[in-house]
This record gives sequence, C-alpha cells and structure tokens, in this order.
Amino acid sequence: MEAIILQILNGLDKGSAYALIALGLTLIFGTLGVVNFAHGALFMIGAFCAVTLSRILTLSHEVIDPTKTDFLGKPLKVDVPYIYNLVGESAGNVIIDWAVPLSILFAIPIMILVGFIMERGLIRHFYKRPHADQILVTFGLAIVLQEIIKYFYGANPIPTPAPEVFKGSFDFGAMLGLEGAGIIYPYWRLVYFAFATVIIGGVFSFLQFTTFGMVVRAGMADRETVGLLGINIDKRFTIMFGLAAAVAGLAGVMYTPINSPNYHMGMDFLVLSFVVVVVGGMGSLSGAVLAGFMLGILESFASMTVVLETLPGINQIIIYLVAMIVLLTRPRGLMGKAGVMEE
Amino acid sequence: MGILEVKGVNKSFGGLQALNDVNLNVEEGTVHAIIGPNGAGKSTLLNCFIGKLIPDSGTVTFDNESLLGRKPHQINQMGVSRVFQTPEIFSDLTVFENVIIACFAKRDGAFELNALSSVASQTDMQEKAAQMLIDVNMIDKRDEMASSMSRGDKRRLEMAMCLAQDPKLLLLDEPTAGMARADTNNTIDLLKEIQEARGITMAIIEHDMHVVFSLAEKISVLAQGTVIVEDAPENIKGNPKVQEAYLGGAH
Amino acid sequence: MLGLNKKDVGLLLVVIVLTVFAPFILNPFPEGSALAQFNAGYPDLMQRLVIFGIFAIGFNILFGLTGYLSFGHAAFLGAGSYAGIWMIKLLTLNIVPAIIASIVVAGLFSLLVGWISLRRSGIYFSILTLAFAQMSYSLAYSVLTPITGGETGLQPKVSDPRIFDAALAEGTTPRANFFGMFMNDSYELVLGGWVFTFNVGYYIAALFLVIAFYISIRIFRSPFGLMLRAVKSNQQRLNYTGIESRPYTLAAFVISGMYAGLAGGLLVAMDTQAGAERMFWTASGEVVLMTILGGAGTLIGPVLGAGFIKYFENIVSKINESVLQAWFSFMPEGMQDLVVSIFYPFIGKGWHLTLGIIFMLVVIFLPGGLMEGGQRISNLFKKKSNTDSGSGKSSPAAAE
Repeated sequence: MEAIILQILNGLDKGSAYALIALGLTLIFGTLGVVNFAHGALFMIGAFCAVTLSRILTLSHEVIDPTKTDFLGKPLKVDVPYIYNLVGESAGNVIIDWAVPLSILFAIPIMILVGFIMERGLIRHFYKRPHADQILVTFGLAIVLQEIIKYFYGANPIPTPAPEVFKGSFDFGAMLGLEGAGIIYPYWRLVYFAFATVIIGGVFSFLQFTTFGMVVRAGMADRETVGLLGINIDKRFTIMFGLAAAVAGLAGVMYTPINSPNYHMGMDFLVLSFVVVVVGGMGSLSGAVLAGFMLGILESFASMTVVLETLPGINQIIIYLVAMIVLLTRPRGLMGKAGVMEE
Repeated sequence: MGILEVKGVNKSFGGLQALNDVNLNVEEGTVHAIIGPNGAGKSTLLNCFIGKLIPDSGTVTFDNESLLGRKPHQINQMGVSRVFQTPEIFSDLTVFENVIIACFAKRDGAFELNALSSVASQTDMQEKAAQMLIDVNMIDKRDEMASSMSRGDKRRLEMAMCLAQDPKLLLLDEPTAGMARADTNNTIDLLKEIQEARGITMAIIEHDMHVVFSLAEKISVLAQGTVIVEDAPENIKGNPKVQEAYLGGAH
Repeated sequence: MLGLNKKDVGLLLVVIVLTVFAPFILNPFPEGSALAQFNAGYPDLMQRLVIFGIFAIGFNILFGLTGYLSFGHAAFLGAGSYAGIWMIKLLTLNIVPAIIASIVVAGLFSLLVGWISLRRSGIYFSILTLAFAQMSYSLAYSVLTPITGGETGLQPKVSDPRIFDAALAEGTTPRANFFGMFMNDSYELVLGGWVFTFNVGYYIAALFLVIAFYISIRIFRSPFGLMLRAVKSNQQRLNYTGIESRPYTLAAFVISGMYAGLAGGLLVAMDTQAGAERMFWTASGEVVLMTILGGAGTLIGPVLGAGFIKYFENIVSKINESVLQAWFSFMPEGMQDLVVSIFYPFIGKGWHLTLGIIFMLVVIFLPGGLMEGGQRISNLFKKKSNTDSGSGKSSPAAAE
C-alpha cells in the first residue's frame, strides 16, 4: 500500500510535466491543425527563463569590504549582487532565493512573445501544407532553438534550486495517517503538482467559461464552420498559440528544481509528450491531461525494484509499449474523436 | 437471377432506421438506377455494397457470393468497379499511369511484388491502357498530369480506369453531382456509349431525374430506408407513390 | 541496357563516375594550400559519404514514393550494425558475413516494426516508428547490454572466437577485410602538390552504393514503384481499384529497412564498432533531412543530399575561430571581429545550428529539395533564352 502511494506520488511530477506539454500540443493541434515538433523547445526555453532570471538577480559587482581582510591582510573584495543596492541585503537574498517562482512572472511575457513570433513568422505559413512538412519544419526549428540555447548556456545541466522553504522532503504518509510508513516526498514536487493542477484548471475554465474559449472550442470541433461565421478565427489562433507556448514555458520554469535544465531536455520530453497526446487521443484536451498523468504514474510504477526484477528495463520502454498497444487497439486513443488526423 | 442481389437488408444507427428491409435485384447487362430524396438511405445502401458498412441483417450477394465483410479491394477483384461522386483519381500521376495501374490491378491481383521489371517493358499492359485512352478519347492527354485535367476529363479518366478492369458491375455514385448541364450531358453520352459498346451492368445511385431517365432501364425508388417502387422508367414517372415520396415525404 | 532506359543509364553513369573519381573530385586543392581545409578526399569521410548515401536511397524508397514519414529508420541502421559486429566477432573478420547478416537482421526487424506501424498512417505512423526507435535505443543502453555492449558499444577483440579465422597474435589489432584486402588500406597518389587517397573500404562501399542505386532505379520504374506512388497519391482510389495497399507499403518499408541495415553493416565494416548512439532519433532525423534536402521522390536527390550534409558537417566542424579570423583578415579590425562573432555560432561545434537552419530553409522555400532548386534554375535559364530568341524574332517585325 505504502509503496503504491509512493509510486503514485513519484509519478505525479513527471506526469504533470507530460500533461502540461501535451495540453499545449493538443491545443495547437486541435485549433491550428499543426503538428508542432518544437513544443518541447518551448518547455526548454521556459526552463532557461528561470536560469536567466536567477543569473540576472545574482549579477554582481565587486566591492571592497573594509571589515574583512584576506590572508595577506589586504582588504577583501567581495561580489555583491546589484539587487542588494536596490532593495537591501536581506530582501535581496529573499528575492534571489525565490528566483524560480519569480521566473513565472518573467517567463509569461517572454513565452507569449516567443509564441506569437513563432506562429506569425513560421507556423502560419504551414496551415495548408501537408502534415509531413509541418513536422519537418518544426523539427528543424526545435534543433535551431536548442542549439541557440546550447551556444549561450553551454551543454551542461545548470542547477537551479527551489526556494529554501521548499527544499528537502516531508513525511507525506503522516498526512494520510500512515506515520513512519516511509512515504517521504520532496516539497517541491508537491508544489509542482499543485502548480500544474492550477494551470490545467485555468486553461480548462478559460476554454469553458469565456466567449473566446467557446469560439476556440468550436474551432477545434469544426474549423470551417467557425470560419464561415465570420469570426476572425486566425487572430484567436495566434493567441491560442501564445497561450500554449506560455503553458509549456511555465511547465519548464517550475520543472527546473526537479531536474537541472539542459539544452536537450525539450526533445527528451517532446517525444514522450507526443506519445502522451496520441495515447490520450489527438485533439482531446482531457485525454491529453489524463494520459499525461497516467503514463507518468505508470512509468514510476515500472521503475519499482520488484517490477524491474521480473521485467528488466521495462521502465525505459513502458510508455512506448502502452502507446503501441493503445494505438493498435484503440486507434483514436483513449478519448480521441473520429476524423482527427485520419487522412 | 440478378448479378447483384440485396435481400432484406436492415441497418440502423442508434435509434434511426436508415435501411428497412431493402430488396433489390440488378439484372445482368442492364442499367439500374437507385433514386430517392435526400436522406432516403441511398449512400447507406451503397456503403453496404462496397464493404464500408455491414448491415444488421439481410444479405448482399454479387455473382452468388456475399459481399458482406469484404474489403474494398476484394470487392473490386470480384468484378465491381466504382465511380465516385467527385472523381477519385491519382492526381500526382499522369493520365496514362492512372489507367495502367488499373490494368495491373486486373492482371496481378491485390498484391504482386513486381519490383524489378520496368513498367515500360510490359507491352501488353501498355497497349491495353493506350487502347482504353483511345476509347474514351483521351489519348492526346496521356502524358499530362491527372491533376491538370478539367472536371469532365477527370470523370472520363476515372471511367477509363474502371473500364480497363472489364468490370462485371459498375457502381456509379451520383456521377453528375455538381456538374454543369453540358458536362452532365457529356457524361450521359459517355455512359450510353459504354453501355452500348460493352454491355456492362451498371448500378447508378442518382439524384438527378434527367440522368436517370436518360439511362436507366429499371429504377428502384428508395424512400425512408425502403424500396417503395421498382419498375421501368416510363412507369415510374406517373407513379403516385413516387410523387409522394419526392414531394410529400421530403417536404 | 541493364533493363534501363537511356536517361536512367545516364543517371547511373553519373553516380558511377562520381564515386570512382571521388578521391580526385573531393580533393581539388593542393596539400598545404589555404584551401586544403575544403578537401574531403580522405578515406573516413568518403566512406561516410557513400554509406549515408545508401541509407538515404533506401529511405527515399519509403518516404519519397509512398509518403510515409518514418522517424525511426536509425533503429534499422543500428540493428544492422550490431548484427554486423557480431559476425565479425564470432565468425570472421571478412566483412561478407557481416554485411549479409546486417541486411537480413535489419530486414526482419523492419518487418516486425512495419507490420505494426503500418496499421496506421499519417502522423500516427510517424510517432509509432519514433516510439519503436526510441524503445530500441533505450533497450540497447539498458537490458540488452550483453548483446549491445551498452554505453561502450562493441569492438572486435583479439580474444574473440572468430571460428573461421586463424587466431591473431596478442597485441595485434583485428582489422576487417574483404578476402584479404584490408578496409583501412589505402594507396596514395602524389601528383605535384596534390595527394589523392584510394582506399579499399571506400571502393567496396562505393560498389555497394552503385548496386543500391541501380536497384532503386529498377524499383522506381517497376509496376511496384508505380503502385507505391499511387499509395502516396490516393490510397482510397487504389483500394477501390482492387489493390491492397498494406503489403505494398510493408514491402517498401522492409526494403528501406534492408538498405538501412546494409548501411549499418558497412559502417561496421569500415570502423569495426557499433554503439547505441547510431539508433538515436536525431540520427533518424538526419536521414529524413538528407532525403528532403536532396529531393524526396527523385532518384539521385537523396545521394546528393547525403553527400552534401556529410561533407558540410565535416568542413563546418573543422572551421574554428582562428580560421574565421584568417578569412576575414582583409577587413578592418573592428569589422573583422564583428563578422567573426556573427559567424562563430554556426561553425565548429555549432554545426547542428547550421544544420537546423538549412533544414528549415529547405522545407520552407524548397520542399522539393536541391533537385527542385536545380530544376527551377534551369527553367529560369530556359525561359531567359526563350524570351531572348523571342525578342530577337519580334524586333525586326517591330522595325518593319
């Protein structure tokens, strides 16, 4: 029982990331009809927004500290972040400590901008091209984006810690009345899950309760009809793309304390997220979210020692395996609609 | 004995009875039209002929063999060729290639790994395809891309592909839908020519009365999922049941 | 001749001439000259050029003809590599069994993958093949380590069984050979300032390229090839014309898988090692790029695309900052630094950035690849000469 709870918990953070990326992929696919292989790169760019902000915040200048001397007896030079000059040392420290959550504010405009540029500059011209062309051009774009990041940030993962209060773990079992059961769970992962839930809830209610969302949903169901109504669907789709980019970016921002970001993290997640979308059913938003969490949890179950002893290596391939079985038995995925992507 | 026999076919979608005890008999060598107002179940019935739908009950036999549960290519190999509402052709290939594919399909069956001999060396197929293009008056366009053809020529080409297979039955699904009057008349003439020259059995699903009365030797009128009349054209026109189906039933 | 028409014989001759004289063509600059860095006439690179040419020719039979975009073909290349290296370890250092095994194993593997993946089409097919390739890659790194050597990969050792070969002396390096001709043996021809290298391995790989290209011409011109193009054009019509499309696409998939296996086997024959990185999905993406860049669906395009990419990968990777400095040394100081810093991200380790940009540009502006580009340019010239002659005729008339 404890082991099962622990594995479900362990699967939640990865599942959240899958769900968020898959949600954006589905939004783009469902509304614009474009298969976006560069979506993982957006996730990665989000993560590097966090890296960038924490670097900006810790930008320092050298100051001679008269109270201290180095071993030769000269006055010691220390690096002082500029932020100290602005808000004072203690407040500065708090801000630096909270760099990752603060990056959310930093990342939203950047991601929306990146999304707009991508849609206006590139994706728009591929609406009418074959899906193969869409895949290929976004694949090329993904390579370019990740190589640019690599050029500026190097190839090594960059540790980006969570705020001090969320570091470490706690006994989650105690909350369920299972004291001492060994269900120890890191705080930040819980934060990530909660964050993902909020974002997913936000996107769904946006689509459900606003006129904008209603039109977009109608567009997803039948693009041509909505076009006939005279609604300027293209503009809305640009905004949708920006929104999807922001969702992916925020998923990336908050993921940085879990896994130190590197330039190829986008691609690593993209392949799996595509599988998630296909399992969930292309064009189904709830399918994408459901499949994201499901596969994340499944992956974590497959990593249990008991499982690995009987089926070595299963944790590496479980998602692909499930995807194949689903695709072959339920061609439209778990919650897919008829007629989507069936040329 | 008809070449295509439909007996007691029922099909419902959810609560809607799309086909209700449909009986139909297409005699060999005749042109048989199936007409009816919109929503009468014409396309559902057609889909039962071609393996897209399986009826809830009843039988559809061709040449005394059941068509139910067979795939499109198997039905074609039994001798049923199909003309679509909008011409379905290989747009990225030349007119000649379109036709020769049909010739190969007739000779080699559903699959043949003929990967090392060249198309150009298959003189018998070349001649057959060329003859077919002469028959439909398109030989001067043999090396042009199929996509560059006019709508009328696309229809002609599709017909040529079907005829190249010497089908025992030609299914035509609203062959003149969306056509201008002149194109419609051309298509009627083409079909008449084919019928006179080859005596191919045809089943036409059609909406346009003009087409039906110019071609068909027998007409089945479908209304609300069931055949209300099956008779020769001259008897259909004055039939009160038919008038009711077209005027009353469909509002 | 050889069952080909005149135009195709011409194409085949072009490929033969290009491969036979590649050591000259790729080494146009004298040794030691400033431009020698653009030479590509050394064995390792030339081998890669032709081997990836084979890979792309095979991929084109699937993608170019049927339009099915596989994102997992590197898995077959990898499977071929592993099969090849095991033949070299177990049987003999002669490459013949290795190459046969690599084709057979890749063929069987692609039969399995294709049989499952081809149940779906479009994007689903692409993702299924991608999933298979990623699965193979992950497995090769983890559970299958006893067969694949995991991260270190596999190399022949002196202690390998090699049941057909005489034992090697301790301390010698096992070298792959073709009936006694060693793959890495080369003959160097010095002509003035030029050095031309003729490598055994290269010519064996080139022979395979010519055969592979010849077979691909035959397939393109066959009824089978016609059916594959029909699959791409209109599958519905094909089915209603009595053709079952799946055996055709599966056959194309397996054939292209065997080509990939051959390429994998040849890679092993040349460098006698195999590793899982060859199966990574970026490797699958690379062959897609080669095919598209050259011109999917054309005969010679993929060969050119493979050559282009492997050549530029090599050249671009070799350029470093000091080379750039030297190139732009004619400029004033500040401007030189500026230009160098603009180009710097694209060279050396920045090759992938350049690659990604080329990829995008080709898909956006030249979906038909280099072949279409060439066509457009030649059309442009034709039009020009047409209008020239036209105006030449009309001007006297105007004068009257």
